[in-house]
Parts: sequence; C-alpha cells; structure tokens
Amino acid sequence: MITYFLCLVLFTVGLYAILRKRNIIKMIIGIIICEYAVNLLLLLFGYKMNGRTPIYSPNQEILDMVDPLPQALVLTSLVIGLATTALIVGIAIRLYEKYGTFDITKIRNLKN
Amino acid sequence: MLELNLILVFIIIGAIIAIQVKDLLSAVAALGASGLGLCIAFLTLKAPDLAITQIVVETLCLIILIKATIRKDLPFSTSGRWFFNTLVTFVFLAVFLYFGYKALKTLPPLGKPLMKISQFYMAEALKEVKATNVVSAITLNFRAYDTLGEATVLFTAVIGVIAIMRKKGRKKIEEADEND
Repeated sequence: MITYFLCLVLFTVGLYAILRKRNIIKMIIGIIICEYAVNLLLLLFGYKMNGRTPIYSPNQEILDMVDPLPQALVLTSLVIGLATTALIVGIAIRLYEKYGTFDITKIRNLKN
Repeated sequence: MLELNLILVFIIIGAIIAIQVKDLLSAVAALGASGLGLCIAFLTLKAPDLAITQIVVETLCLIILIKATIRKDLPFSTSGRWFFNTLVTFVFLAVFLYFGYKALKTLPPLGKPLMKISQFYMAEALKEVKATNVVSAITLNFRAYDTLGEATVLFTAVIGVIAIMRKKGRKKIEEADEND
C-alpha cells in the first residue's frame, strides 16, 4: 500500500511541474516524470511476492512467476514515450528559435 | 519491499531536484539519475527486459533534452498572481492525492496479482510459441498487433520530428515541377 502511495506522490510531483512551471523544458520534465510513475504503477500491479523472472529454464520447474502481461505492455509504452518526448522537444526547439525564450507567458504575449 | 520503497524515495527526490533547480542542464542530469533509479526498480520487480529498454530510452532521452537545453538560460520571474496560482495548484494537488489514495485502497494488494489472462500465456508460451521468455512471446506472437501499432506510432513521431526540425522550406520551382 505504501508503495502504491509513493507512486502516486511521484505522479503528483510531475503534475505540479506541468501545472505550475513556466519554462517549457520544466514542463517536458514533468511529463517524463508522469510517464515514469504510470509505468511503475502498471508494473506493480503484476508483481507477485517473491516471484521469479518470467523466463522458463530447461533444467528446473519454475512455478511462481510474476505476471508477464504488464511487462509486455509497459515495454510498448516505454518506446512510445521516447518517441513523443522527441516530438515535444522538437516543437520546443522551434519555439525557442522563433521567440527567443522558453517562458510560456512571454510566448503568449508576443503576437505578430 | 523495503528496498523498493527506498528506491522510490530516491526517484521522488531526484524528480523534485529536477523540477526545482534553476540550471536547466542540472535539471536534465537529475532527471537522468531518477530514470536510472527507475531502471533499478524494474530489476527489483523482476523485469529485466524492461530494465534494458529503460536504460536505452533514458540515455536517448537525456541526449535529446541536452540538445534542447545547452547554452540556454532560464529567466526566473515572479510576476503576475504568483501567490494565488501557487495556492490553487497546491489545493488541487492535495485533493488529487486524497482521492487517489481512496481509489488505491480498492486495488488488489501488492504481491497478489489476479493473473487470469496470464495463465493462458504462460501455459501456451512453451507449447505453441516455443519461446522460453514469456514476455517476448507475448510481444512478438500473442500481441504482435500491439508491436505493429507501436512501430507505427514510432515512425509517425519520426516523420513529425523531421517535418518540424527541417530548416529550409521547399522551393517554389520544385512545387511548379511537381504540379506539372
């Protein structure tokens, strides 16, 4: 239970950065932290206490494996997270080239 | 699960430092420390495939972010309704934490997963796929369409990055050639 709650606290830290920070890079860092928290929470749902890695061995019988399904789904989620992060950073770099700042309040005020 | 809680506390401290420090390069480095802590947490949760992928993703993410932040400084301004905005944010986060805590109590406890679908996968992985690694059997055989969709999203994002980061626009002569 305390582990779940620590995951929730990690998500809240990321959410604080998204809501309150003005620098675009800090907001991107917040999004990445939220991704960490969600991936870890999904993986925690499939953990079996004192379980084994889900890999069979020819020599011995392995009975108590952890749940392999969340691992497979989180594997997909990690790669997609990298791709979206690259896209967001690309947009941020172009915004810096156009406006000369990362501050979103200044970007909002500059109209042309 | 004491070691997992300690690693999580380390990740949270790294995240708070990454958010609050003023220098952008230091923030990116603190985020990298946090991501490596997440990698160790994956290893503790018996997921070595995820730990390998997390290391690769973390390194690439760090390189991309350093490309964006190098030699750019961060102006700190407290103009506007600073106190009001901070108060509203903290009240919202407190309400979010409270209801999230209430919702987490309805979940199955840590260490006792349901594993209804996974029983099938674990039984059939050796017979049908003949793969000893159950995770790769799921990603490459049982749920191969998921992997196809992942590749689609990946290449779409790459096309988007290329379209955004392109310096020169297309010339008008080429457009005229294409129209002919």
